[in-house]
Amino acid sequence: MSRWSTALVLGVLVAACAGAGAQTPPSQPSPKQEVYSGSQSFMREQYPSTYVRRPNPPVVIRNVNILTAAGQELRNASIAFQDGKILAVGQTVETPAGAMVIDGNAKWVTPGIIDTHSHLGVYAAPGTQAESDGNEATNPVTAEVWAEHSIWPHDPQIPLAIAGGVTVMQVLPGSANLIGGRSATVRLVPARTVQEMKYPGAPYGVKMACGENPKRVYQSRGPSTRMGNMAGYRTAFIQAEQYQARWDTWLKDKKGDPPARDLKLETLAGVLRGEISVQNHCYRADEMAQMLDLAREFGFRIQSFHHGIEAYKIADLLKTAGTAASVWSDWGGFKMEAYDEVPENLALIQQAGATAVLHTDSPDGIQRMNQDMAKAYYAGLRAGITLTRDQAIKWVTANPAWVLGIQAQTGSLEAGKTADVVLWSGDPFSVYSRAEKVWNEGWLVFDRLDPTRQYKTDFNLGQTDPGVGR
Amino acid sequence: MTARMLPRAVLLAAFAGLVTATATGQTIVITGGTVYPVSGPRIERGTVLIQDGRIVAVGASLPVPAGATRVDATGKWVTPGLIHAGSDAGLGVASLFGESEAGVQGEVNPAFSPAEGYDAGAITIALTRTGGVTTGLSGPRGSYLPGRAMAVDYAGARLEDALITNTVAMLLNLSDGSRGAGGGSRAGTMARTRQLFRDALEYQRRKAEFQKGAMQDLSAPAAQLEALLPALKGTMPMVITANRRMDIENALRLTAEFKLKTILNGVVEGWMVAEAIAAAGVPVIMSPNTDIPSFDGLGARLDNGTLLRRAGVQVIIAQGDPGGERNLRFGAGNAVRNGMSWDDALQAITLAPAQAFGLSGYGSLDAGKVANVVIWSGDPLDFAGAAERVYIRGQEVSLRTRETELLERYRSLPPKR
Repeated sequence: MSRWSTALVLGVLVAACAGAGAQTPPSQPSPKQEVYSGSQSFMREQYPSTYVRRPNPPVVIRNVNILTAAGQELRNASIAFQDGKILAVGQTVETPAGAMVIDGNAKWVTPGIIDTHSHLGVYAAPGTQAESDGNEATNPVTAEVWAEHSIWPHDPQIPLAIAGGVTVMQVLPGSANLIGGRSATVRLVPARTVQEMKYPGAPYGVKMACGENPKRVYQSRGPSTRMGNMAGYRTAFIQAEQYQARWDTWLKDKKGDPPARDLKLETLAGVLRGEISVQNHCYRADEMAQMLDLAREFGFRIQSFHHGIEAYKIADLLKTAGTAASVWSDWGGFKMEAYDEVPENLALIQQAGATAVLHTDSPDGIQRMNQDMAKAYYAGLRAGITLTRDQAIKWVTANPAWVLGIQAQTGSLEAGKTADVVLWSGDPFSVYSRAEKVWNEGWLVFDRLDPTRQYKTDFNLGQTDPGVGR
Repeated sequence: MTARMLPRAVLLAAFAGLVTATATGQTIVITGGTVYPVSGPRIERGTVLIQDGRIVAVGASLPVPAGATRVDATGKWVTPGLIHAGSDAGLGVASLFGESEAGVQGEVNPAFSPAEGYDAGAITIALTRTGGVTTGLSGPRGSYLPGRAMAVDYAGARLEDALITNTVAMLLNLSDGSRGAGGGSRAGTMARTRQLFRDALEYQRRKAEFQKGAMQDLSAPAAQLEALLPALKGTMPMVITANRRMDIENALRLTAEFKLKTILNGVVEGWMVAEAIAAAGVPVIMSPNTDIPSFDGLGARLDNGTLLRRAGVQVIIAQGDPGGERNLRFGAGNAVRNGMSWDDALQAITLAPAQAFGLSGYGSLDAGKVANVVIWSGDPLDFAGAAERVYIRGQEVSLRTRETELLERYRSLPPKR
């Protein structure tokens, strides 16, 4: 039943099934599809995940250096996992029967990399207009659209990201709109349908965007200013409050016809109920502060700012608000609201005690997130900011898992957690290292040394395909 | 005396790019570091001697002239200044939307140079220097025949101080983006190109008749055709952007027909025709991280540069990476990650572009060369290393940027005012 928690945003029904993000979802959904015959659409499952964990023999990697993203950096240690779960991480581990044993001599293990900000599948390669499915730029508020309804699972950029050690990503609508629609959290696995990629039980996010993009896109019809942007968010959430109240009234005794469904307000009511996380594209410090006030006005919390170029200026406010900052390492200057970029952004966010996340928003960047992590880590060290490598690896693993509401299951290497594991050819803080093997929930989804373990999308077949492992 | 020791007012001037020569006759000697001359094997505890903006000597045990400014580089890495063969630094205030100075109108602009749009005080210049990039090649951005590229050193208060040459190369684009110039086909683009080239050569032969009006109409204004002539005579390199295998083959056809001194740019599918490129003696400019398939290169692969190098092609790395020109060195690092040798990767951002573009005074640490020198804390191609001191034309330049001042203000919260 827990899958309902992410499918529906109608409070009482959801409450009966446990709150989104709070519970541990089963890793495999029940094959039985419950159908409420004779009922209305809102009572039925909404676009459920059909992801299924793939079988894999148990794995033990010995004699390897491990960045756990759980506070420890272990040298010459071992990790064992089986049936998609980590059995043990430590100096010595027991080898399960039938295990594939790997000597990780001088190599490194990290959790699977997680990107909180991707458009893979919605802006798919080969980059034609026909596949530009990320911005429903027809109205400033399109909370009714869902990114998963645009995701093309055969985007050939997906295997390239897998080869970079990425196991989970949040796919977002673009930033043309004030409220751009729902995000989807997906596992990077070969799939025919997006349902086969959807992370079971992961709460939905909603993309919101501050600043230059919406006011540029809607210049002629409005909003055309930052104050217009704010009025737009507030108007939408006022409508959502009223919608939520109508449903709460009806759900009390279910007398008469239920209120008409409104997909836009259903999503926004989900935000008000705390079931849908706010993922907010916002560059400037002063605008982030305005958005924190907006969240206070309507009683929700912003899960993460994205592209927070100026997050370092208000990292103390972010810490107080419990809001993460998803940022780049050193990309800036490409527009006015990105003018005040500093390469120490992540380090300064970390120093202030807020949740620091490295994101990409890029089909290139997602392939080398360890590199941006390293770049930001060394920039911090050079500036004299105290940082540990464990803190830095969390920027691309445990902290993004928190942003996506899946931190109880994945994002760090600890017994009992999901076996999302990357074996690197060398130190992931070096430009020379590459992901050598990637396990997604315990399944060897990529092996650089084995061409049969290098997934090709349908698009790759029969065309010039050099393969991702080369 | 180094820039770091100068009083604040002078430092601010340096920050604005005002690094005019203050000490002619200045002698700097960099000692103790591991020196990578690029033109030869590395020198442990080597010495680099700089005088009057030029490198005077490089070696293992050189005498230090009296009165020289000594710079101890013990434990450091010393390399030539990096050369970015596809830089936008200085062309516009930052890299803001709508603020670029690299735009051109129309398809045929061989006479155009973006040089007068170069702002020696742009903040991107100081940022670029922090990545050890001392020299950049910048061209107009446009389809087909957008104009000529210039070469600058990233120091100096005015264009004239920075400019090495504003005729470093002619640009021609034969990639997917130029199909429109041929009426919607590559074959049309090729035909138009041949016509322009033939007209230019004929104009040169029959200039007198042309001026008397005794010649047929030309396919472009005479001034534009005239600007093509150095490239058609082979005295100026022609940078041809071509990504698909067929585009590269078309570029090689033109190269042979018109005896062009071609440098291929992009070459996403270059690995497929690496032998042909090598046989033509054509260097390539490429990005080592291009692997996303598009219809302008379905065969994109990460080890493209490695395979080209292995076939004997001179490879130049010029990566327009997020983070900007300063990240050029990590492009080279990624080439190593993808199989290229470290020496080849360093050469691809120093000596290879200097040689391909005829910048004979650049690209290596050798006596007589322009003293563009970088002292690094560690491996310049990896993240743990950083440029600590940068010399351009024998002068230490400031590595302070807007970022430095923002960091200082917000290092602890609430910020200092």
